Amino acid sequence: MATFARIFAKPLFIFVFYMANVIKLRKGLDVNLKGKANLETMQTKVAGQFALVPDDFYGMKPKVVVKEGDKVKVGDALFVDKNHPEVKFVSPVSGTVALVERGERRKVMSVRVDADGKQEAVSFNEKDPLKLLLESGLFGFFRQRPYDVVANPEDKPKAIFVSAFNSMPLAAEFEYVLKGQEKEWQAGLSLLAKIAKVNLGISSKQKAPALTAAKDCTITVFDGPAPAGNVGVQINNVDPINKGEIVWTLGAEEVIFVGRLVLTGKVDLTRTIAIAGSEVKAPKYAKLLIGQTLNTVLNGQIDESKSLRIISGNPMVGLQVEKNGFIGAHATEVTVIPNGDDVYEMLGWIAPRFKEFSTSRSYFSWLRPKKTEYALDARIKGGERHMIMSGEYDKVFPMDIYAGYLVKAIIAGDIDRQEALGIYEVAPEDFAIAEFVDSSKLELQRIVREGLDILRKENA
Amino acid sequence: MNALRKYFDKIKPNFEEGGKLHAFRSLYDGFETFAFVPNTTARRGGTHVHDAIDSKRIMSLVVIALVPALLFGMYNVGYQNALAAGQLEQATFWGMFFFGFLAVLPKLIVSYVVGLGIEFTVAQWKNEEIQEGFLVSGIIIPMIVPVNTPLWMLAIAVAFSVIFAKEIFGGTGMNIFNVALITRAFLFFSYPSSMTGDDTVWVAQDAICGLGYAVPDTFSAATPLGELAAGVAVPTTSLCDQIIGFIPGSIGETSVIAIALGAILLLWTGVASWKTMLSVFVGGAVTAMLFDAVLPSINDNGDLVNVAAHIPWYQHIVLGGFCFGAVFMATDPVTSARTEGGKWIYGFLIGFVAVTVRVLNPGYPEGMMLAILLMNLFAPLIDYCFVSRNISKRAKRATK
Repeated sequence: MATFARIFAKPLFIFVFYMANVIKLRKGLDVNLKGKANLETMQTKVAGQFALVPDDFYGMKPKVVVKEGDKVKVGDALFVDKNHPEVKFVSPVSGTVALVERGERRKVMSVRVDADGKQEAVSFNEKDPLKLLLESGLFGFFRQRPYDVVANPEDKPKAIFVSAFNSMPLAAEFEYVLKGQEKEWQAGLSLLAKIAKVNLGISSKQKAPALTAAKDCTITVFDGPAPAGNVGVQINNVDPINKGEIVWTLGAEEVIFVGRLVLTGKVDLTRTIAIAGSEVKAPKYAKLLIGQTLNTVLNGQIDESKSLRIISGNPMVGLQVEKNGFIGAHATEVTVIPNGDDVYEMLGWIAPRFKEFSTSRSYFSWLRPKKTEYALDARIKGGERHMIMSGEYDKVFPMDIYAGYLVKAIIAGDIDRQEALGIYEVAPEDFAIAEFVDSSKLELQRIVREGLDILRKENA
Repeated sequence: MNALRKYFDKIKPNFEEGGKLHAFRSLYDGFETFAFVPNTTARRGGTHVHDAIDSKRIMSLVVIALVPALLFGMYNVGYQNALAAGQLEQATFWGMFFFGFLAVLPKLIVSYVVGLGIEFTVAQWKNEEIQEGFLVSGIIIPMIVPVNTPLWMLAIAVAFSVIFAKEIFGGTGMNIFNVALITRAFLFFSYPSSMTGDDTVWVAQDAICGLGYAVPDTFSAATPLGELAAGVAVPTTSLCDQIIGFIPGSIGETSVIAIALGAILLLWTGVASWKTMLSVFVGGAVTAMLFDAVLPSINDNGDLVNVAAHIPWYQHIVLGGFCFGAVFMATDPVTSARTEGGKWIYGFLIGFVAVTVRVLNPGYPEGMMLAILLMNLFAPLIDYCFVSRNISKRAKRATK
């Protein structure tokens, strides 16, 4: 008996340990897109112009605190939040402020810095964790639920949620990004734990000890298709947000930013991002700074004679950018897919269209092996209609929320009903897969974003 | 393909703002998106890639699923005509089919021309794209009316239902009642003598273009359900004929086999909800069995009563519009329950109400139309209950 126990104790322990924290999600959809990044990293030089875009920090009103010609170091604030000036947004490089780009009604579009390549950095030695994050500008990367906007440092969040994987197609694999940065990662988590309870969501496919045995946090393993990696889905399944509660979220790689700050006292906004997509010649990872120009990684990688769509982010949740644009502050990948505005498919309503991917069996993608990769373009492939089919969203929406009804409440502008149906728990990105499968082609992410904005104004 | 594309590109400017044909812009849009998948690309932010499915394809699938029942219906129109004229021996397959084809085609054309005409006008007026919903309603409508329905009645009914059951609610996706059934209900209540009864509505009476036969004036044929309502205990047609569809009835709804072909396509492609469809059948069967067990079959004077209650449950399902309604109209995603749990209840109650009307109301031999319309009305209430459960769960969580 004793031998029996000895043999089985360890596996049993591991089994029980995992079982307690594994959440299996059945709803969702993995779209297998062509052009996944190979697991190799290209190094880039810190040179040229960098841009920090206020719009990347959604929900904040920027107040620029530098002038053109000012010298800045890494970690010097470029702009701050008008309503919370202690929330700073800092330069990723050292150099000279080249331009404060303004758009309509003098809206700040970006603050550009010409890098000097020296990467001189400000040292921060605040002891209070929150103050340290505020001073160094890393707090600006925190987002809050409800509303999915930049967090407010005066709030007391009930927890901080970090998702260590992105389940969207072509997204960077965090397990690969993490390699060699395990110490920073853990240091980051430990600092967060001093502010609030940290919940870490990892994928059942992730095996790195830095993830499965991370300290100072509660680990939940998620097993299921996209959008299982969305932090919103994880919150809903672990500890859903109620009215009046606030949860902060932080990107996994941004935890590493925090760790670097803890270990060195300096800000280092270097990311390892995936350069992926069917139109990238050699998809792989690249080490670069946020705000770097896309030219650095896309030159020679894409065929510029074609009509392409370059996305800062992945094809499900991302922002279309120009080739001479900049890498967004939160982007963990840059993807390039065909734009498709030059494609005319005849009689699409009846043609077999073998190359297309669809969840509907009226196409033939269900016949093809699961590992078939699709090179989808950016066409909507249909006209926008009222919501006709029922249950389409719910099939790919792994939260205890009636997605279709919530969307209708948002369209109708019925705020009480939105609250009742759980709008505080969602972010636009949680609707990305639903928007993909929607046969009525509604712009769900935009609808949800506008709904959240209106609600935030009402509740302010 | 290129030539067509070039032609579209050439005439496009005429339909744009300021063009001389701007008033027909939605018509152009309709044809262009019919010929080519629109190449509008996704917005700057949001989901950049999309599933290839769209409402055009979904509606086309339903239309394709309806084709077997429509073709069989055409054939049956000819068959019933030859049978009534006593000429079945001489009639050829193609002769009967083309007779039926000629009898049904005008209804199909009237239904589409009137319905789509209104849809195009409204789309133009509201500055929207044309919605495909009427493609399905337009083919269903001629299939659920008796073959002798006058075209002018059909035109009025279609116009009424498209305007008052659909467009005033906001178009496809916003309507409360199934458009095709409202058309039928309109006909049923406005022109009852042309829509039901055991007289001359169910079998084509005259030869068309030399095809078919003139039926003697004295002839009358009732549907099996009509016979039951009139107190005939055993329908004059065999169960085999009822399943294949060689019985008098509305044009497209007689053949269980043809409808089953459509059902397979709808279920396989996931366009129709199997939950709704299955539960309609379960509801009908259970209710039929219950009535059979509960109601007396002979009254105190020894007369046969409640004959409709005492046919086998499977006959209830085979006869009348039960199958057609269950497969093509109860599953209409817009007017049916939208929650998954609600679909079970919604379907079951349709089956229940349909058989109840047949059994308990001697005035209405068939209850499927009324059952589906009634449940269309209650579908939002059923959903309300399921959604409220989710809402109260969330509210409870917050106060804990």
